Amino acid sequence: MQVPAPFEYERATSVDHALALLERHGPEARLIAGGHSLLPMMKLRLARPEMLIDINDLSDLDYIKLDRGEIAIGAMARHAAILDSPLLAEHYRIFREAEKVIADPIVRNRGTIGGSFCQADPSEDLSAVGSALRAKMVIRSSSGTRTVAAREFHDGPYQTMVGPSEILVEIRVPIRPGSGSAYEKVERRAGDWAIAAAGTFVQLSGDNVADCGIGITAVGADHFACAAAEDFLIGKPATVENFAAAAQICHDAVAPQSDQRGPADYKRHLARELTSRALNRSAARARGEDV
Amino acid sequence: MQVTMTVNGEEFTREVEPRMLLVHFLRDDLGLTGTHWGCDTSNCGVCTVQIDGQPVKSCTILAAMAAGHEIRTIEGLEQNGTLDPVQQGFMQEHGLQCGFCTPGVMMTARWLLDKNPDPDTETIRECISGNICRCTGYENIVRAIRWAAEHPATEGASA
Ligand code: FES
Ligand code: FES
Repeated sequence: MQVPAPFEYERATSVDHALALLERHGPEARLIAGGHSLLPMMKLRLARPEMLIDINDLSDLDYIKLDRGEIAIGAMARHAAILDSPLLAEHYRIFREAEKVIADPIVRNRGTIGGSFCQADPSEDLSAVGSALRAKMVIRSSSGTRTVAAREFHDGPYQTMVGPSEILVEIRVPIRPGSGSAYEKVERRAGDWAIAAAGTFVQLSGDNVADCGIGITAVGADHFACAAAEDFLIGKPATVENFAAAAQICHDAVAPQSDQRGPADYKRHLARELTSRALNRSAARARGEDV
Repeated sequence: MQVTMTVNGEEFTREVEPRMLLVHFLRDDLGLTGTHWGCDTSNCGVCTVQIDGQPVKSCTILAAMAAGHEIRTIEGLEQNGTLDPVQQGFMQEHGLQCGFCTPGVMMTARWLLDKNPDPDTETIRECISGNICRCTGYENIVRAIRWAAEHPATEGASA
């Protein structure tokens, strides 16, 4: 029987309360939201917090809304809500496509976007989405609020910039008119972690790429992104050939490791193929095609 | 610590360790062994119960986290001695063999039919993708849930 080691448990009633509890209990305290990453790690003793602060009652962090020209997603928004959000479906199909392949519908009822980012698993899907869209992460502490770019949020596997007395409260994504986005993932079986996955957005100006973002997960991409491929594309015609060339840059830039999910060269191949597919579909959507 | 929660309409208060998982609380403290316990890693879905009407994997939620909420288990599916249409569907369509996965699948299926009374087979397959069955190959499970969708009138005590 797998049971976590003993710990203390307290329920936070507000963000301020959660922050006060974090400050009082120090670095051995952990926040728990959906718990679908943290509890399995605690069962395996890979995580051993002395104190769990349950933030499931913080419904004021559970929203997906338009706010000053950006989409603001509260850290407690569940995967299921992100999957079903009409607002996200309208502006960023990438969210729906990524969510559809995260775990399964039951797990998606519990897991949260904030938890996914803070778990910072190197194979996590939403981290690639956040990097692709150049999202901003809003972090709160008792002394105020600060914002960190999604591409600076991770500090290595399972490590983030969120300090021991801080809470990730919101993820913000700018709205980009005339853009399209898509997510492509290959996994071993339904609901599994990615062998490799790529998410992109393409914003067009006429036939050219005005802006784009490429997020890649599970293959050791720096900050889940590939800036070199983006730089290559911006200003160029949105053609299959240019997307293939950008995908080749990703292929060469990633640093996958061989493991039980597959050999490194296969993962590299996937990084190229999935990036290319995502870019082509993003561009087609930007042109208004239904793909 | 003390936890109080409603399980199948009845309120229970128990003294538990914070680390107690909901699945063990239901099975060991309340004796509701209809909720099964398998992989322990939120993969197989045999431990699926509903919290406030939503299916969750009870091996990956603390009893403490469930406190104050309404839990529904397989024991609460039948109403006033009448089987839920989902349960009847599993009988009609031979939706189980060993039965280990069955309570979890049924709790997921009930949720699906509550939000979508007429799901197509693709929707059903997608919805139960977090419930693994080692026996049936899923065909009869999908038929059982379709049967339930087609016989909603038998719901509750009215049958
Ligand atoms: S025992 Fe909970 S999902 Fe397998
Ligand atoms: S009937 Fe045996 S596992 Fe499903």
